[in-house]
Amino acid sequence: MRVPISWLGEFVELASGTTPDDIHAALVKVGLEEEGVHSFELTGPIVVGQVLEFVSEPQSNGKTIEWCQVQVGPDDVRGIVCGAHNFIAGDKVVVSLPGAVLPGPFPIAARKTYGHVSDGMIASARELGLGEEHEGILVLSTLGLDPEVGTDAIALLGLDDRAVEVNVTPDRGYALSIRGIAREYSHSTGAAFRDPARLAAHVAASSGTGVGDHVPVIIDDQAPVRGRVGATVFVTRIVRGVDPTRPTPAWMVARLILAGIRSISLVVDITNYVMIELGQPIHGYDLDKLTGGITVRRAQQGEILVTLDNQTRKLHPEDLLITDQSGPIGLAGVMGGAATEIDAGTSDVLIEAANFDPVSIARTARRHKLPSEASRRFERGVDPAVAPSAAARVAQLLEQLAGGTIQPQGDIHEAHAAAAPILLPAGYVDALIGVDYTDDEILTSLVEIGAAIEHTQDGLLVSPPSWRPDLTDEATLAEEIARIVGYDRIPAVLPTAPPGRGLTRAQRLRRSAAQQLAAGGSTEVLAYPFVSRKSNDIFGSPVGSTPAMKLANPLDGEVPWLRTSLTPGLIEVARRNLSRGLTDLALFEIGAVVRPESGRSYGSGPLPAGNARPSPAVLAELNDGIPAQPRHAGGVYLGQVVAKQPGQPAVPASLADALTAVRQLASALAVTIDIEQGRHQALHPGRTAQLRVAGQIVGYAGELLPTLAAELDLPRVVAVWEVDLDALIQLAPTEVTPSAIATLPAATQDLSLVVPLDAPAGDVLAAVRSGAGPLLEDARLVDDYRGPGLPDAAKSLTLALRFRAADRTLTAQEATQAKLAGAAVAAERFGATIRE
Amino acid sequence: MSEPQPLNESNVGAAADAALAALAQANDSTSLKLARAEHLGEQSALAGFNAAIKGLPGNQKAAAGKLVGQAKARLTQAFGAREAELSVAEETERLAAEAVDVTALPTRWNPGARHPLSLLMEQIGDIFVGMGWEIAEGPELENEWFNFDSMNFDEDHPARAMQDTFFVDPVDSHLVLRTHTSPVQTRSMLERTPPIYVVAPGKTFRTDELDATHTPVFHQVEGLAVDKGLTMAHLRGTLEHFARLMFGEEAKIRLRPNYFPFTEPSAEMDVWQPNAKGGARWVEWGGCGMINRNVLRASGIDPDVYQGFAFGMGIERTLQFRNELNDMRDMVEGDVRFSQQFGMVV
Repeated sequence: MRVPISWLGEFVELASGTTPDDIHAALVKVGLEEEGVHSFELTGPIVVGQVLEFVSEPQSNGKTIEWCQVQVGPDDVRGIVCGAHNFIAGDKVVVSLPGAVLPGPFPIAARKTYGHVSDGMIASARELGLGEEHEGILVLSTLGLDPEVGTDAIALLGLDDRAVEVNVTPDRGYALSIRGIAREYSHSTGAAFRDPARLAAHVAASSGTGVGDHVPVIIDDQAPVRGRVGATVFVTRIVRGVDPTRPTPAWMVARLILAGIRSISLVVDITNYVMIELGQPIHGYDLDKLTGGITVRRAQQGEILVTLDNQTRKLHPEDLLITDQSGPIGLAGVMGGAATEIDAGTSDVLIEAANFDPVSIARTARRHKLPSEASRRFERGVDPAVAPSAAARVAQLLEQLAGGTIQPQGDIHEAHAAAAPILLPAGYVDALIGVDYTDDEILTSLVEIGAAIEHTQDGLLVSPPSWRPDLTDEATLAEEIARIVGYDRIPAVLPTAPPGRGLTRAQRLRRSAAQQLAAGGSTEVLAYPFVSRKSNDIFGSPVGSTPAMKLANPLDGEVPWLRTSLTPGLIEVARRNLSRGLTDLALFEIGAVVRPESGRSYGSGPLPAGNARPSPAVLAELNDGIPAQPRHAGGVYLGQVVAKQPGQPAVPASLADALTAVRQLASALAVTIDIEQGRHQALHPGRTAQLRVAGQIVGYAGELLPTLAAELDLPRVVAVWEVDLDALIQLAPTEVTPSAIATLPAATQDLSLVVPLDAPAGDVLAAVRSGAGPLLEDARLVDDYRGPGLPDAAKSLTLALRFRAADRTLTAQEATQAKLAGAAVAAERFGATIRE
Repeated sequence: MSEPQPLNESNVGAAADAALAALAQANDSTSLKLARAEHLGEQSALAGFNAAIKGLPGNQKAAAGKLVGQAKARLTQAFGAREAELSVAEETERLAAEAVDVTALPTRWNPGARHPLSLLMEQIGDIFVGMGWEIAEGPELENEWFNFDSMNFDEDHPARAMQDTFFVDPVDSHLVLRTHTSPVQTRSMLERTPPIYVVAPGKTFRTDELDATHTPVFHQVEGLAVDKGLTMAHLRGTLEHFARLMFGEEAKIRLRPNYFPFTEPSAEMDVWQPNAKGGARWVEWGGCGMINRNVLRASGIDPDVYQGFAFGMGIERTLQFRNELNDMRDMVEGDVRFSQQFGMVV
């Protein structure tokens, strides 16, 4: 809401010298956040001049300029070149003298042009920031002005005014008016407030209340939205004999522009002016274009309306309409119809000031994509009591500025139920806010906001004012008292929570996992969870397509799906880094993915009410309709994991690094992850590891299919890994049971086994372990030899074994026995033979 | 020496002198070892004299033994000393040869990094856990009831329109990407009985295009306290404590009236940031208020018995003004250079 300061000052006392900053500071205290300051952004000297004489001089470029002698002060006549022709000698105009700056910024200087020195500029309305009019210069007589030559035109035209802009929260519809802001300013500063609605009501009363000259109005809402009748107040008033061609006075234009409203024509400007002043949207009809009386009703299927913007609107049965005998003539509270529009030929004006249901208006405005100043106000709630005053104020201005004659008040339909009084129990406000307010502070605050108060045994019975539909319970009243007295009064008291549980196990482990991965050399990223269908399909499951959820309104239509896997996002981030010349990458992410089950539908039916706890069955339905969102951990490696350095060859990234990350994660969780050969549609068929914990598949690691990497403009080797972190944490031991550390000497022996080429080393190792029994403390693969000296299709695996007993020093013979027992199991499972 | 020399004082002395001369010639441990073998070893003259003792008459044995033994002891000591001397010199030489340029050694480890937003959420969580609060969680893809209705958003509230909220297709399935962490309030209250003190950091979504100040995917932290007798003063006390731990002892909180459907009274919260680079300043930090009575009712908590407060702030925004970051895009693009500036510390 933009508030021209001169306008504000009409209704609340502004101390002289009050700055926009002062006003902002005062308004922010009562909850109107500062948005900015608007002004015409021009500086003088800009004065009234009179064209004494001029000579038309055709130019070689086809244009004709007027070489004018303009008097701008006593004994001060300037020669000025002017390109416009809409004036005659003797006209008074606005002259920007050298040194002035017009909005743009456009500094004015004496300059040589068309063979003259032009000592200033005669301004158009647009050049002054007064609207779009640029057909010619601004001739002051067209505004009904005849000021002295040399008068400061900035003050004359109201261009010295400024506006403060504040953000009005959606509960405070009444603050979308000068009236509301003036009242709030008064609350904040204590400055005297004069209610413009009351001033206008005085006009309404003084001009009679007969019903001799009126248009009959019927409100016939057969389909109220959410049970609320579409129009609760409908006031009409007729003004006859207006001259709509008269100019809008400069002060009104200036105020409207500062308020963010374009000047259109006198009658429209007046209706907008009253809307800004009182917050009541007004519609004006050309009375002669109306056919019979007005009926306010819902649209019928198939009805159409051509609105003021000349768009043909297909109406929805929920749209509230203003109709006459010819059919729809307006979308109530949103936009009028073209057929009854006021134009230059209009003489008699029908003023409509109504109160429409916020929900109905909001839906219509949204449905037709027609947010307007009027609909914005109705959506937030317009004071239902202000309509008669607003209609009278329009009538008054039409009389004063357009020469009309006010007709007596027409019908007033008023069916607006006053809100029920609210009981404010004694002590409630103190107990909610934590401040010991005096009775006087509470009473004064409530009276100041316009509430009526009755003292009862249980506390205060508070009737909120008509313009505060947001005051609905004792808490809303407590807020009023807190804010009028000031939030600064609230002290700081630290509450004591009951003894806490600390982080949950899962929270602790997720942190450890992230710390471990970062310490291990990966950089954490937080990718957007929006992906393409294809990405979801190929990365979401090892084979086939992946069930997924799709957004109805994605920002980017290319990626409307919610990720089922972290890998596409990681790849996207890797690509971005690559494009910036960062070629060696180790990234990881821990985040939720959305994993709906195939063949199930999700979501819920109609929602339960928001102000009561739903039944367990309903809550279960809501929760069951939400797909699983397990947290995954995943990562990507590409480029080099160790760079070439003196004495250190480069180590290119590979599946080994992805598996290292998996091991880092496993150690953070104290879980054993088994690695086995696997298959995944996005991964290299020979370089994919399937990851299991306790037999359950928890994820994959592998190198991207080279064709896929090429498609993505990635290097041939991109190693990725991804696990279901929630599942891992579930499967991880909740406590570690350590065995005692044996300290007697160990016996170490090597074992070389010749096995078939396709025997997985991990399985051979496992076989040796199981055969060697408890004496085998540690076994690791130290060599995988393939070549001469071996049978065809065989390889030799060398294992380094460490044996130890807890209770005695092992003999070499005991160790050898255990080793041979291990080799025997490997022989049994893989046909392994010992290679001497 | 083709033939053993007689065992007498002069011959033993000569053998010893020859040994000492050889010792003097040896300049490294290898030649010293050879000299030692030659003059003290099994084939040496001295060993020959020693063997000859047992062939002497009994009355000469003692004197001869003494003569040979003394010579042997003298030589052993001399060789030992020389060995130690050479070993020190050689080790010194070796150490000198092994010297490296410590500024040019290869590293096989690359620094990784946490994302500063994650670290900040953890830090905030720790502050509250330290006060006995719990960290609560909820799904990112939510049912509208939790995101809006239970938070006292009317079914026609403008925030529910498509321009702000990501809806899952079909729209009437009522699934949305949560627009704030506030649905965790309801989930926390449904799962627990008062007193409830929880914070909920997490990911949130709104249909804003990415630019320097907006991102469609962002993070918030929500705070919720429900207990008997909680007031707005407790809200301020909690926020001030939080602010001091985040921004230093001089930090303080300013509340300005505002409107949120889920709190009443509601306030916009500014924090006094004493250590800002450009000088101490007030910064908009988040929203807060006393939990709306309807929000308590949605979780089955009687608002006449329990009261509570809630607050929420953007993590991106907090990081932005706390660390003087200009462009939101740096936080979301995943450029490793951004996070690596933070390493493991925010």
